Amino acid sequence: MSQHVHSHPPLSVPAVDVHGLRKTFLRKQGSGWRARKRPVPALHGVDLRIERGECVAILGQNGSGKSTLVRLLSTLLLHDGGTAHVFGHDVFREPREVQRLVNRVSVEASFFKRLSSVENLSYASRFYGLTHAETKNTIPEVLRKVGFPLDRANESMEDLSRGMQQKVALARALLTSPVLLLLDEPTTGLDPRSKLEVQDFIREVRRIHDATILLCTHDLDEAEALADRVGILDQGRLIDLAPADDLKARYGASTLEEAFFAATGKSFEDEPAGDES
Amino acid sequence: MRGAAASLRLELVGLSGIVERNAYIIRRYIWWELAFFVWTLANTLTIVYIAKGFEAAGYKIDVNEATTALLIGALIWSYLGMVFELLIEMVQWERWEGTIEYTFMAPLSRPMHLVGTGVFAVIYGLVRTAILWVVVKLFFDLQLPHANYGAALVILAVASVSFIGIGMMTAVLPLISPEKGVQLGFIAQGVLLVISGVYYPVDVLPGWMQALSVISPATYALRGIRAAIIGGAPLADLWGDIWPLIVIGIVAIPLGLWIFRRGERYAKRHGKLKRSG
Repeated sequence: MSQHVHSHPPLSVPAVDVHGLRKTFLRKQGSGWRARKRPVPALHGVDLRIERGECVAILGQNGSGKSTLVRLLSTLLLHDGGTAHVFGHDVFREPREVQRLVNRVSVEASFFKRLSSVENLSYASRFYGLTHAETKNTIPEVLRKVGFPLDRANESMEDLSRGMQQKVALARALLTSPVLLLLDEPTTGLDPRSKLEVQDFIREVRRIHDATILLCTHDLDEAEALADRVGILDQGRLIDLAPADDLKARYGASTLEEAFFAATGKSFEDEPAGDES
Repeated sequence: MRGAAASLRLELVGLSGIVERNAYIIRRYIWWELAFFVWTLANTLTIVYIAKGFEAAGYKIDVNEATTALLIGALIWSYLGMVFELLIEMVQWERWEGTIEYTFMAPLSRPMHLVGTGVFAVIYGLVRTAILWVVVKLFFDLQLPHANYGAALVILAVASVSFIGIGMMTAVLPLISPEKGVQLGFIAQGVLLVISGVYYPVDVLPGWMQALSVISPATYALRGIRAAIIGGAPLADLWGDIWPLIVIGIVAIPLGLWIFRRGERYAKRHGKLKRSG
């Protein structure tokens, strides 16, 4: 991975420091002249601190606010209240500094589908200041690391399986050497083998590259296997955050699923009728 | 000083990424580009044959001059359309592919993002317009012994700055209205077509439309290029068309960037970036 994108931030500051973070969306109700906009709160005063090098998993149903939290930390949304800092930089006042430190892998491996993986990675790395000379060798290197077959590197993304596309998404994030990696359901929809490969790779990134990871997931086993601490986000409120074993002990549960049920009163598989956020 | 140079380098590498990406896209869709070129060629021929049609119907006109004037109108319109289209589709295409969030969370400044798209649009538009000019000329025995192609190119280059600025203003539309933004951009383009004298002198328009034509850069570009190609006017004689283009360009670029920034803030406030398709 290239070392040219940014200098590493000081050790003393937390990787993520969020206080009272609030976000509300306006959703249209009805149509025509009678259309009204109603406020739909997505995050209600979330407090979250992640230390450098830590992996924190956030569990929550659809619409619980996981993706909103990731988008706020990625500078893709503006907040309505509270504060958020990434390695000491204010996410909303110093977005460029934050953007240099963060990258993200989401549930959809979003690419220009007709372009090849090399083409997609090549142009995307320029946005982070990496020149052609710098990425000529690192792109195949990173693709090899994520287990992507190099003989398919020049094929259109649309001809690749979902698992392969997700590996390219991981490569895109790693190419820019992020010190904070935001993973928003990175293994959702993958076959079991691809899922394990991606999980192994996340461990490796953490071990070798000293990255801090915020993992939003639906997969309780994945959260337990990868994270130092697990947070439970329900209706925009972070109602608990502790190591998985502590959570289970606190709620007298034998599994994380039981702990989630005890904390929220909801089954993890239940889908709320509210807005996706 | 060194920090400023490093920042500038990062920005220019980012700008090259935008140009590189668009070049990949054109290459991957080359057959569609050829098909679209055939459509533009047919459109241009349809317009340019109008002069011959009037002659055949018995009207007394200078066919050579009328044909050239219509051809210049059609070519500049096609060029302008290409610049606007690439800028407005910058957002729409990324929405469709789902890459928009990855581009907007990258540490690439918005001016470089937009200017990079504009630079590519100008290069691609110029190449395409030059090919169109050569092909259309094969259909007509145009006599242009005094044509000053150098002066025409200077006018087009100066006008391109304003075109990029106005393109930036329209590029914000799909950002704030994912469903109808592109169509709104075409409306703006259509208004320019009517008021700028693309196929007729602006003198034939009603007074209030002539007043609007004063703020359209296409008005001066068309008048100057026609004077250079048909009348062989030297560059010095075209100053009356060049200075308004410079003034409009100086206003249009910062205004375009300001409008786009406002649109981006709106999109980030209301979560409009995430919607795809």
